[in-house]
Amino acid sequence: MTPFEYAPAPESRAVVDIASSYGLYIGGKFVEATGGAPFKTVNPATEEVLAEVSEASADDVDAAVNAARTAYTRVWSRMSGADRGKYLFRIARILQERAREFAVLETLDNGKPIKEARDVDLPLAAAHFFYHAGWADKLDHASLGPNPRPLGVVGQIVPWNFPLLMLAWKIAPALACGNTVVLKPAETTPLTALLFASVCEQAELPPGVVNIVTGAGATGQAIVDHPGIDKLAFTGSTAVGKMIARSIAGTRKKATLELGGKAANIIFDDAPIDQAVEGIVNGIFFNQGHVCCAGSRILVQESIADELDSRLKRRLATLRVGDPMDKNTDVGAINSRKQLDRIEEMVAVGEAEGAQRWDSGCELPTNGFWFRPTVFSGVSQTHRIAQEEIFGPVVSVLTFRTPAEAVAKANNTPYGLSAGVWTEKGSRILWMADQLRAGVVWANTFNKFDPTSPFGGYKESGYGREGGRHGLEAYVTTGGPTRAGQRSGATEGSAK
Amino acid sequence: MSTATVVDPTERARELLGVSRLTNRALTGWLHGLPGVDQVGCEARAAALGTRSIKTTSKAWAIDTAISMIDLTTLEGADTRGKVRGLAAKARVPDPSDMTTPHPAAVCVYGDMVATAKEALGASGIKVAAVATAFPSGRASLPVKLADVADAVDAGADEIDMVIDRGAFLAGDYLTVFSQIAAVKAACGGARLKVILETGELVTYDNVRRASWLSMLAGGDFIKTSTGKISPAATLPVTLVMLEAVRDWRESTGEQVGVKPAGGIRTSKDAIKFLVAVNEVAGEEWLDNHWFRFGASSLLNDLILQRQRMRTGAYSGGDYVADDSPSLY
Repeated sequence: MTPFEYAPAPESRAVVDIASSYGLYIGGKFVEATGGAPFKTVNPATEEVLAEVSEASADDVDAAVNAARTAYTRVWSRMSGADRGKYLFRIARILQERAREFAVLETLDNGKPIKEARDVDLPLAAAHFFYHAGWADKLDHASLGPNPRPLGVVGQIVPWNFPLLMLAWKIAPALACGNTVVLKPAETTPLTALLFASVCEQAELPPGVVNIVTGAGATGQAIVDHPGIDKLAFTGSTAVGKMIARSIAGTRKKATLELGGKAANIIFDDAPIDQAVEGIVNGIFFNQGHVCCAGSRILVQESIADELDSRLKRRLATLRVGDPMDKNTDVGAINSRKQLDRIEEMVAVGEAEGAQRWDSGCELPTNGFWFRPTVFSGVSQTHRIAQEEIFGPVVSVLTFRTPAEAVAKANNTPYGLSAGVWTEKGSRILWMADQLRAGVVWANTFNKFDPTSPFGGYKESGYGREGGRHGLEAYVTTGGPTRAGQRSGATEGSAK
Repeated sequence: MSTATVVDPTERARELLGVSRLTNRALTGWLHGLPGVDQVGCEARAAALGTRSIKTTSKAWAIDTAISMIDLTTLEGADTRGKVRGLAAKARVPDPSDMTTPHPAAVCVYGDMVATAKEALGASGIKVAAVATAFPSGRASLPVKLADVADAVDAGADEIDMVIDRGAFLAGDYLTVFSQIAAVKAACGGARLKVILETGELVTYDNVRRASWLSMLAGGDFIKTSTGKISPAATLPVTLVMLEAVRDWRESTGEQVGVKPAGGIRTSKDAIKFLVAVNEVAGEEWLDNHWFRFGASSLLNDLILQRQRMRTGAYSGGDYVADDSPSLY
């Protein structure tokens, strides 16, 4: 026992009311689902059932799309950009005001540490609404092309790793550009999206502009297949992304896909080593490694591999794994039994392939889904743990000798979402960023997000960008004649 | 736990650097070969450590530990024997309403006040630390600095807080800085030597890291952030870099060196953040006043206020905490 043992510092869950069951949020009100089988959402840290959630059938999805279409044609597409912006500003402010309530609910439903929900998910979600609120009346000046106009009804499917934040990434630009949405949260983490419905009501958003339908794969497929959907935005696995791309092939539907990753976090021998260790920790143990852009492969220059190994393991021994509601918890619960099984399977594969497995040996709670922060050393490119996304707190350490070899290994993956470069040499950072086939390259940092910065992938990590000016492009069409009421929000009479 | 046995620092430095003659070039190569510090990452890590939530039993432990780590300090031109005696009385009985309150580690004064402090502290076990070497600027010749040290040691100082020659350091003359620290260390005799880097004048974290390693190489028993006369003084990121230095130094030499942030730490909340950093960066071996100190004056009363609050459940207020260092103005 250490002399400085931190006493439990639990966040109170009294700030949030969870209903025993939830309907679907369609046309501005909660309605009963028709036909689907309700399912339960659990707290992955305790396996306690939090609520029963409806499964939206194809008919329910149809109702949601119709509500979105009505809101689009009658209200939202006709509204001036300045007025759309007002609603988005209002939503952003409400999210800030209710941040604690949302953070607690996110932690309960997802298993992430309250410190991350509080300090990352909520501030960033609000920031995305603030940022896009500012764009709503300036689309004519965003270099999107002549006469930018909304696409129509957008189907959005978000994952379970950042439930509310991914909702914000999707809804904020869609609404800013004048589209209406039908959004499906992940089946294991639907609660913050359902609570977001109350934010829409509080902001007096016109009914049908945002519709939230819950369910699993079948509900998602119904959204993808619905003929009234003009555009799809999906964040999730590459396998599902491919299914979506196949489903919409030959249709008029547009899509942006933000899929998996197997990012290389590249540590050169002149790296700021203490910060690089923190960057590795942030890169792969942030959010239990449930991050599509996680730095799941460390590429370390061979000359400092041993030193980095001992520094990293010393640091990992100080990570506090446990109750996500404790404000001092660094690593929370794995989101679901299914995901835990996947992680355990991949770790067994790594051992069978001959990589050396290490974990801190920290104590884990008895209930719930848990996995210790784990490091595999002696990993080769041919190992599955270097190729496949694990989506858990497991990092594979590989070595390289020269910058060219680092680039070759980093790019030798079907994915291309993100990468990290750690070196004190500025010219090398620029050269590496130029060579790496990844949508985001972080230099001497990792997993830093900002609504002004476009995010998205190369290759099997998907296409399209979210955030920044580039992110708007996915939500507008350009060219053609200007039609009254379809203007993106420039003041009347502006030169065209 | 014993301090390093008397060794010739130059000889040891030669051995550690693997050189036959200790030149400025050899020191430069060694110091500039230390890994860089990324400012943004370092400050982010310090901020993250600052979000730890320390409550109930751990807070009580941290408050008592912080009190026991204070070097209760008065370093003013206006210092008098009366002021120093008052400070010593405060150190002996920090809170007359609760005699279970631990006492600070030391009283820190200018050299000419050592005898007074020594006499006032008697057999309390509280140490007397003296600032020396032409504190705070350090702008004097080496013989003057050594005479300053000898004077304080002769008067009975248990600890000497020296300043490095920042001008020499910033000019790249590391050998001069090294030699002066080594000479002061020799003049200290049995007194423990705290080496003040004056990080506010070194400005970059790379410089803080290099100055830390140079001070340890030259035989410092403690590395200390600041004189308290320059702002910024003891920031959490600067202290973080120094904690990393002592941790890595022990790993490479087996010797443990103490750390003392000084200046600008005024609240219990701040002090607890530093203790969290000590715990998670250097490790629990440093959670002892032999290895970690706070250079402070007003911090003690805030800790006492918090301690009273935890005991009684209510804040008493400044008038219920004895103050022996009120402002003159």
